Amino acid sequence: MSTFVLLTITGLGLGAMYFLIASGLSLIYGLMGVLNFAHGAFLTVGAYATWWTSTHVGGGPGTKLLVGAIVGLAVGALLAALVELVLIRPLYERHIEQVLVTVGLALVLSALVEAIWGFDARQFPVPDWLIDTTTIFGANIPNDRFLEIATAVLVFLGLTAFLRYTRYGLIVRAGVENRAMVTALGIDVRKSFTLVFAIGGLAAALAGVLSGVYFGAVDPGRGTSLLIFAFIVVVIGGFGSIGGTAIAAVVVGLVQQYANYYASSGLGDLAVVLLLALVLLARPGGLAPKVAH
Amino acid sequence: MPALISVSDLHVHLGESHVLQGVSFEVPEGGVTALLGRNGVGKTTTLRALMGLVPRRGRVTLAGAELTRLPTHRIVQRGVGYVPEDRDVFAGLSVDENLRIAERNGNARYELVYELFPELKTRGAQKAGTLSGGQQQMVAIARALLNENSVLLVDEPTKGLAPLLVTEVAAALERAAELATVLLVEQNLAVVARVAQQVVVLDGGRVVHAGGAKELLGDPERVRALLGVHGGGH
Repeated sequence: MSTFVLLTITGLGLGAMYFLIASGLSLIYGLMGVLNFAHGAFLTVGAYATWWTSTHVGGGPGTKLLVGAIVGLAVGALLAALVELVLIRPLYERHIEQVLVTVGLALVLSALVEAIWGFDARQFPVPDWLIDTTTIFGANIPNDRFLEIATAVLVFLGLTAFLRYTRYGLIVRAGVENRAMVTALGIDVRKSFTLVFAIGGLAAALAGVLSGVYFGAVDPGRGTSLLIFAFIVVVIGGFGSIGGTAIAAVVVGLVQQYANYYASSGLGDLAVVLLLALVLLARPGGLAPKVAH
Repeated sequence: MPALISVSDLHVHLGESHVLQGVSFEVPEGGVTALLGRNGVGKTTTLRALMGLVPRRGRVTLAGAELTRLPTHRIVQRGVGYVPEDRDVFAGLSVDENLRIAERNGNARYELVYELFPELKTRGAQKAGTLSGGQQQMVAIARALLNENSVLLVDEPTKGLAPLLVTEVAAALERAAELATVLLVEQNLAVVARVAQQVVVLDGGRVVHAGGAKELLGDPERVRALLGVHGGGH
């Protein structure tokens, strides 16, 4: 029982990180049709900005993490907005070129991080209370899992409220369905593109911070490795659907953990790919239709 | 009557197809001008070109101001409302949200919209995708009427509607024409006869006739020659 509880909560923590990356990815594709392969780089840059800032401020690990995270999130959002304005916008409606640019940017940013800070993993400032465990049904759960889950739930609620109750959210939901008609109502939909990119960058940077806490360190390949699973989550969940993305992220995180333990170590990734194939066969559009709810 | 919209030498290429081959016409201020023609002659493309929704070449002016270089949202902000051919309501949004997103300022004319289409008020919370075709058309027209526009471009509003709804939509068009100049694409000649004062006929991507609606529709031979259908429809 205790093993199952540990696996479940760890799976949910992993799913929380997948959700944070995938939500931005899903909205960006849903609204703009851009497959953003540089999204993982937003995570890496956000995580490195957090780590770098933490090494330049005083105080305990908690203060370092908090100040670092604020800077990391700002850097992630700003970088994403800049990428949209400078690289994506001139290639509007040219999807192949957009993919090539984002792939190139992902390579460039990873290489840049490696060139500046090297290939070795960097220790993340993690306060003791996050490393400590809490016992639930006999399972000793590291506290960082709860932070990851709680953060993802808050982001999910925040994104849902943004989409449901704000004018920009309304524009994004309508734009996911029919971008041309939104412009035909007199709305400059490009402003929403920048905003969605910035929100996606912020969520990815948040995933970068939490992955740093989860793994205890950050390395240049972190964004790329998590991006693969985020893409799987987005495809399973349905492009443009925040609810579908949340469900898919939880399912992928849990399947990965259970398969790794109950089947064989290393089978988790394969199980996720099999799950993707099954969903695509049964529901080619993903679990949820292309509506930003 | 002075021309409110002036279209001059408008060309549109869609893929390999040269759909509009130098379309020129004028829309006088006030009333309804109907854009007619057989299927596939470029009526919808003309409206989409005026809206900037397809790449186009030529000159379009609204009250003397050039529109051709403006992006779609700026054209709309100049006072051009658009009701597309396939309604294009946002299926996942409620009726209220479909109207709310169309608001351009604080002066949205909800009273007018609900007076014309009371059903939209009672169905405010319903997802637009679950409405009937006629109800979706009401939403599409309501979105254009919600703001104070000087021009409304309306594309086949009665397409696929039951006769009773056609009458309702025609009444809404008459009311709309009291508030703005309407450029209407319509296949139903009875509706054209009821609401339009002017007609422009397209064929092969060019204008082949322009003049009064009564004059054309009162000449069955001419209607048959230009539109390939029996005229009148009265």
